[in-house]
Amino acid sequence: MEALIALVIGVLTAGGVFLALRGQTFPVVLGLTLMSYAVNLFLFVMGRLAIGVPPVISAAAEGYTDPLPQALVLTAIVISFGMTAFVIVLALKARAELGNDHVDGLQHEEDRPA
Amino acid sequence: MNWLDHLPILPVVLPLLSGIVLLVLRQDRPQGERLAVSSLRDLRNRSLSLQRGISLLAALALVPLAIALLQTASDGTHLVYALGNWAAPYGIVLVVDRLAAWMLLTTALLAVFALLYAIRGSDTEGRHFHVLFQLQLFGLNGAFLTGDLFNLFVFFEILLLASYGLLLHGGGRKRVKAGLHFVVVNLVGSTLFLFAVGTLYGVTGTLNMADLAVKLAATTPDNLALVQSAGLLLFAVFALKAALLPLYLWLPAAYAHTSAPVAALFAIMTKVGAYCILRVYTLMFGDDAGPVANLLDPWLAPLALATLTLGMLGAVASTTLRQQAAYLVVASIGSLLLAFGLGSTDAIAAGLYYLPHSVFAAAALFLLADSIGRARGEFADRFESGPEMPGARVLGGLFFVAAMAIAGLPPLSGFLGKFMLLKAALDSPLLPWVWSVVLATGLAAMIALARSGSLLFYRTHNSPHEPGLLTPPTAAALAPVAGLLLLVAGLVIWAGPLSGYASATATQLLAPQQYIEAVLGTASLEERAPARGTPADSPLLGSDPSAASGAIPLEGVTP
Repeated sequence: MEALIALVIGVLTAGGVFLALRGQTFPVVLGLTLMSYAVNLFLFVMGRLAIGVPPVISAAAEGYTDPLPQALVLTAIVISFGMTAFVIVLALKARAELGNDHVDGLQHEEDRPA
Repeated sequence: MNWLDHLPILPVVLPLLSGIVLLVLRQDRPQGERLAVSSLRDLRNRSLSLQRGISLLAALALVPLAIALLQTASDGTHLVYALGNWAAPYGIVLVVDRLAAWMLLTTALLAVFALLYAIRGSDTEGRHFHVLFQLQLFGLNGAFLTGDLFNLFVFFEILLLASYGLLLHGGGRKRVKAGLHFVVVNLVGSTLFLFAVGTLYGVTGTLNMADLAVKLAATTPDNLALVQSAGLLLFAVFALKAALLPLYLWLPAAYAHTSAPVAALFAIMTKVGAYCILRVYTLMFGDDAGPVANLLDPWLAPLALATLTLGMLGAVASTTLRQQAAYLVVASIGSLLLAFGLGSTDAIAAGLYYLPHSVFAAAALFLLADSIGRARGEFADRFESGPEMPGARVLGGLFFVAAMAIAGLPPLSGFLGKFMLLKAALDSPLLPWVWSVVLATGLAAMIALARSGSLLFYRTHNSPHEPGLLTPPTAAALAPVAGLLLLVAGLVIWAGPLSGYASATATQLLAPQQYIEAVLGTASLEERAPARGTPADSPLLGSDPSAASGAIPLEGVTP
C-alpha cells in the first residue's frame, strides 16, 4: 500500500507541475488543484497508514492511528478549496480583462480574429 | 487569570473582530431596497466614514498594544500564550519575544500610515477594502506571533488571501495580470510549504517550533536527508515570500501595479518571509541543531548578495517610479537577508535595525510615487520629461528625503543600518563581497534615485495641457508620507536604544534554549531530554508499530 500511495502522490504532483507550467489559465488552475490533492494525500499519510485502529484513546485498542494529520488535512482541504475558488474567479476575470486565456494575456497570431 | 495574560492574543483577535464588524457594515447598496439617490448617497457616505473610523481606530489600537508587548519582552522574557490552555507541544502556542514584538510594532505603525493614505479615497475604488486590510493585519500579526509551524501556514494563507484581494483592489488590466501571477506563484508556494511541514511532521511527530528544535537536534542519520530537504523546502517557500533571488520575479509587477496604500502595506509582506527565515533558521536549524545545524549557511548570504545586485540593477533600469520603488524593495530584502545570512550577533542586529527603516522608507516612496503620478496627469510616474507639477516643491522635498533614506545617505537610518552591516561583516569570510556589493549598490541607488528625481522634477516642459489633469497633492496625501519619513528620522534620533534593543534581540535569537524552555517548560525539557527522538516521545506513533511502518522509518520502531 505504501508504494501505491507514494506512486499516486508522485503522479499527481508530476501532473500538477506539468499543468501549472502551461500557458493557458485553465490548465494552470487544474495543475494547482492536482498539486493540492497530492499534498493533501501526502500530509495524510505522514501519520502513517493504519487500518481499523482508533484515533482516540480507547480501552480496547491495540494500537492507534495518528489523529493530527487528519485535522491538518481537513484544514488544508478547506484552504485549498477557498484558494481554488478564488483563482478560478480570478482566471475568469483575467480572461475578460486581458481578452484571452493566456497567463500573460498575449495575443497569439493564430488566436487573432481574421 | 489576569487580563494582562491575554495580551499576546489581542494583536491577533483585534483585527479579526474589526474585520468582521466592517464586513457587516459594508458600503455597497443593500439588496432589494430602493432609496432616493440623495438619501442613498447619504447613507453610503455615513457608512463609509463609519468604516474608516473603525478601521483606523483598530489599526491605531495595535500601536499601544505592540508597545506594551515590546516593553514586556524587552527584558528578555518570552510571553507564551497557550491557546485553549492546551500545553505545548500538544496545543498551539503564541510566543512573544523581542523579535515578535519588534515586528508587531513595525507592522502597526506602517498600517496606521497606509490606512491614513487610503482613507483619502483609494478605499472606495472597490469593495471591502477595510475588511481585507484588517484581515491582512490579522494574518501578519498571527504569523509573527505563532509558535507552531502549521499555524504559521494557516496565518500565511490568511494574509495571502487578504493580500490577493487588496492587490486586485480597484481592478484594471495590468493589476489583474500581475495579480494572477502573484496568486499562482503563491499557491505553488503554499503547496511546497505543506510538503515541507508534512515531511517534518512525519519525521519528528510534532509541529511546535520549540519541540521541533529539540527533536531536530536529535535527527538520526537515516532521517538526515529527509530533514535537510524539508528544511531547504521551507527555505524555498520563505525565500519566495521574501522575494529572494530566483524567486523575486513576481514582486516588481505586483507592487508596481497595485494601489499605493496597498503597495505601502505590502512593504512588510516581504519582511514576513525574512522574519520566518530568521525565526526558523535560528530556532530549528541554528548552531545547537546537531546534525542539521546551520543548514542555510551556504545559501543565504550568496543569494542575498545576488538579490541585492539584481534588485538594484532593476531599480536603475526602471521606467516608472513605482517600478523603481518595487525593485528597491527587492534590493532592501537583499541587504536584510545578507545581514541575517552573515549570522553573527552584530550582523543580525544590523538587519533588525535596518528592517523597520526599509519598511517605512519603501512605503513612503510608494505613497509619494502615487502623489507624484497624480500631479503629472497623463504622464503619471513614467520617467519622461513631463509638465511642471503643482506643488513640486513639497513633493520634491519629500522625494529628496525619501531617496536619501533609501539610498542610505547620512544622516538617515539607512546609512546607520548599512554602516552596522558593513561593520558586522568585518570578521566574516565574505568581507570583500559584502563590502563591494553593499557599497556599489548604494552608489547605484543614489544614481538611480538622482536620475528619477531630476527627470521628474527638473526636466519639465510647458507643453499645452489640460490644466484639470494635474492634481496638486493634498495635505491629507502628504501627511502619511511625512509621518513615515519622521519615523525614519526617529530611528536615527533613538538609534542608541533601538540598536541596543536590536542587538539584545539578536543575542536572544542566537540562544534558542531560552525560547525552547519558555515554551516547553524547564521540567518537561529535562524529562524529555533522555527520550529525544525515540518512540516514547510520540506515544501515539510509538505505541502502534504497525502504524509506523510508513515510508519514513522512525528510529527504534520495528514494524
